Amino acid sequence: MTNYDRVLLARDKERPTAGDYIQKLIGDFTELHGDRRFGDDKAVIAGIGLLQRQPVTVIGIEKGHDTKEKIECNFGAAHPEGYRKALRQMKLAEKFHRPILCIVDTAGAYCGIGAEERGEGQAIAENLMEMMLLKTPVLSVVIGEGGSGGALALAVADEVWMLSNAYYSVVSPESCANILWKDTAKAAEAAEALRLTAEDLISMGVIERIIEEPRQYRAGTDNDRFYRTLQKQIDEKFAALKELTTEELLDRRYEKYRKIGRNDERDISEIL
Amino acid sequence: MNLRELFKTADNVLEGSTGSTDNKETLKPGDKDASKLTEYECPACKNMIDRQAARDNYYMCPLCNYYFHIGARKRILFLADEDSFEELYGDRESANILEFPEYDEKLKQAMKKSGEKEGVLCGRIRIGNKPCCIFSMDSNFMMGSMGTVVGEKITLLFEYARDHRLPVIGVTVSGGARMQEGMLSLIQMSKVSGAVKKHSDAGLLYIVLLTNPTTGGVEASFAMEGDLILAEPNALVGFAGPRVIQQTLKKKLPKGFQRSEALLSCGFVDEIVKRPEQRDYIDKVLRLHSEAVI
Repeated sequence: MTNYDRVLLARDKERPTAGDYIQKLIGDFTELHGDRRFGDDKAVIAGIGLLQRQPVTVIGIEKGHDTKEKIECNFGAAHPEGYRKALRQMKLAEKFHRPILCIVDTAGAYCGIGAEERGEGQAIAENLMEMMLLKTPVLSVVIGEGGSGGALALAVADEVWMLSNAYYSVVSPESCANILWKDTAKAAEAAEALRLTAEDLISMGVIERIIEEPRQYRAGTDNDRFYRTLQKQIDEKFAALKELTTEELLDRRYEKYRKIGRNDERDISEIL
Repeated sequence: MNLRELFKTADNVLEGSTGSTDNKETLKPGDKDASKLTEYECPACKNMIDRQAARDNYYMCPLCNYYFHIGARKRILFLADEDSFEELYGDRESANILEFPEYDEKLKQAMKKSGEKEGVLCGRIRIGNKPCCIFSMDSNFMMGSMGTVVGEKITLLFEYARDHRLPVIGVTVSGGARMQEGMLSLIQMSKVSGAVKKHSDAGLLYIVLLTNPTTGGVEASFAMEGDLILAEPNALVGFAGPRVIQQTLKKKLPKGFQRSEALLSCGFVDEIVKRPEQRDYIDKVLRLHSEAVI
């Protein structure tokens, strides 16, 4: 399978969305709305619930299934309100010592007039800054598309996991091909060059784990075993992260990002 | 004047640099003869401008006050006390880590065009005799894009500033994260943000000066993380580029959209500061943040 095949699979409309994962993984999910600033962005689902028996905060970018849902949640392209809503829930998680699970699936943050006027870049920047030193464990799972800054704004975490057919990229292969070669038909070439698959990124130290997805991955397929295993893995990871003192947790997170692109020769050979 | 047009031609005609695909016939990026010309056409008012006259006017068009791009090093000279700049991490150079097609060649061209090893210059300066750290991005180096070396140098600078308890001044100009280093570039956004946050939590000051254009992953990280955010007049500042937004929405963008003045009125910028006044403005702000105001 080429990298671009993976990208197309990651975008498959039949894939389970963040909402499906929440339904399968989280008990007593209680959705909480709004950024307390401007509005409620339906591209971001946020709330609290139980993972096994542990209260957690869950934040997911939702793409929707049918046309009505997709329009409502803007095809998973969040406005600044979405990122601010996420940050509000993260600060509450910090206050109440809840671990945070982020479920990432977006082609990118929304490009629009209102989004720009209300500070899309500022909202993302604030999330990055706060998440780097958020005093509670954070785990992000990229379940489909990990589109640039809009994905990163929910993926500054102690660990980032990816589904085996997800992608995570600085730019979409189509835009990359368009900018560099003025030819969107070269998207497949760009997808190779960008090294955006889970295998590429684990070798570069950008992600920590690849979750093998079931062969029949489509939403509605009864993949109970897959979800049960994932639930167990997340639970174990949170338990391990909770063993760390806050200082250890934050040092570890900072150092994880700190070493990416430290780029003296030794580190480059370590990365690849 | 049409805004889109202005963005397209926002090249440093005076420095004979900064690549643009639809430049005027008078100047091509990297054109050797450009440096020998004594007159240039101002991309905004279309008058022929004397090179020296523009230089004497802070690299602004003497007729219409259009802001020409300035390289990172000149920018620092504008802001710093004379001979006070001590460069840090100047030996850092990018490598083609991902073996991305055509990247080696692009890096070589960028070095030649900018005369710098990478897209950001870092160091210590004094402003009004007060020591501070500065980073200054260079639009002549792959449009100020942020790869691992840019991210690393800025991170190191914030760590240095924290250790030495110094404020940081950041002058931004960037097209965003550098595609040729893939996800390693994107991650620099969070890496730098972590260093900014630690510097901030240590009670230290960070002033951003946004210049034209500051977009993408740089705008969505350390450009928007300053305690104070200043902007040059009419600078394009936004997350998505205006052309992308226009293509997505298929409608005309409002007048002045994503310009400094619009950001000021939306509440994302503290002040718009004209080029000749920037040094005094920053001097004053530094003074107001020093413990004993003299």
